[in-house]
Amino acid sequence: MDDLITKIGECVERGKVNLAAPFPPAMKGLEGADELTKKALEANAPVDAILLACNDAMQRIGAKFSRNEVFVPELLMAAKAMHAVMAHLKPFFQSGTVKAKGKFILGTVAGDLHDIGKNLVSMVVEGNGWEVIDLGVDVKPAKFVEKVRENPGCVVGLSALLTTTMASMATTVKEIRSNFPDTKIVVGGAPLTAAAATEMGATGYARDPQDAVEWLNTIGIAA
Amino acid sequence: MAQHDWNRRMKSLLDELKKGKILVSDGAWGTLLQQAGMQPGECPELWNVTHRPEVLGVAKGYIDAGADMILTNSFGGSPSKLAHYELQDRTAELNEAAAEISREAAGADRLVLGSIGPTGVILMMGEVSEETLFEGFKIQAAALERGGVDAICIETMSALDEACCAIRAAKEATSCEIVCTFTFEKTVDGAFKTMMGVAPSDIVKELTAAGASVIGANCGNGFDGMIDIVREIRSVDASVPVLVHANAGRPVMEHGKTVFPETPGVMAAKVGQLIDAGANIIGGCCGTTPEHIRALAQAIAAHG
Repeated sequence: MDDLITKIGECVERGKVNLAAPFPPAMKGLEGADELTKKALEANAPVDAILLACNDAMQRIGAKFSRNEVFVPELLMAAKAMHAVMAHLKPFFQSGTVKAKGKFILGTVAGDLHDIGKNLVSMVVEGNGWEVIDLGVDVKPAKFVEKVRENPGCVVGLSALLTTTMASMATTVKEIRSNFPDTKIVVGGAPLTAAAATEMGATGYARDPQDAVEWLNTIGIAA
Repeated sequence: MAQHDWNRRMKSLLDELKKGKILVSDGAWGTLLQQAGMQPGECPELWNVTHRPEVLGVAKGYIDAGADMILTNSFGGSPSKLAHYELQDRTAELNEAAAEISREAAGADRLVLGSIGPTGVILMMGEVSEETLFEGFKIQAAALERGGVDAICIETMSALDEACCAIRAAKEATSCEIVCTFTFEKTVDGAFKTMMGVAPSDIVKELTAAGASVIGANCGNGFDGMIDIVREIRSVDASVPVLVHANAGRPVMEHGKTVFPETPGVMAAKVGQLIDAGANIIGGCCGTTPEHIRALAQAIAAHG
């Protein structure tokens, strides 16, 4: 059983989604996260243990990404494999057997249509055990405010890729703060720096998805 | 393939390069359109028909600053990007208009490069097929040629598969020369890679094999990085023409406004190093203005 769970973690870290997936080439023809999770659950493996193995795997690949040892493709494939595991685990979340660490509301700010960075953060944070509410791209400040209102205690993540939408991000932070002053907000994206994040009044700055996870886990919010 | 004799290309980018001169390209468009009143959330390419004078003003600003070539306001003009505004059915119209505006500003003796940016689709995820992107790039490139561009500039790329798909599509749909530039970031160990993990030395063979005759780098974090990137490209290919469109540094926030640290003077002071590294065409990207381009043009002329 432990062996099966270890293998699931391996599949997540290396981005092996299922038997048919050609990625990574070294694992071609082998069972992936999808099949192995199904098998593990059929053999009554503890859901917590599967989840922990996957969280660790996402942690490892996220850290490699931070160190620039792997890039977007590898992280995306790991997240895709994680997603395949989660599809099997969903019922356990719904029944309350396992609980999310908290709610994370995420979106790319108004005027910016870029979703790759935001999606990576979404997948890595979800893979770490948070419930992610993804509002998509070009999200108006009012939409964020509305969602914060609906989800008391949530944490907000803002993404921007364009240098031209950093100002839009600052406006969004301001707008959320004026309605809910205590909201914790983390920002990130290619043009951002920690200094820019501070200047616009964000609580935190994440230079990459793993950084976002580590920041989230230190602020210690209960769902 | 070029059916419009009335619009026959007056100049060829490659012919100009063969004269051995370092050419000057343009600077940022998005920032200037915002200054002209474009609001966050508006489709920049729609401005080619709704705010033609403002777009023409940006194009003319760079011609007046001394640019040998300008791009077009069509960076996000792929059907998949325009779909966000439900404008995908107007792909041809908006790109053709973009090219016509820059052609009008450039006249007959400066070059126009039709801008094609990334689609935002990651091909390896398998959610959108390569054929779909290919057909979209073809529509965009053909419209840019109809509007009068001399070359196509596929820019801000990070994945080789998407870039090569765009190059092949432009090659098939037009008779234009093709430029292709990637965006590199400095990694923790000091190497340059795109977000997809592609190094400057990785792009040369693939892009030229797909049909690009000029390659290079755009965006990024400023001039210093560009010097290293050009050196890396030159370490694997001594002759391919290299274009650089550098950001005016990494933006900072000051009093809620986005400010770029590299002034025209800062950029101009480094032009010599960039030319010595092997760049053939030099212009700006995010945060650069006609003043930057004027300073670059003067520094290039002074370098001799």
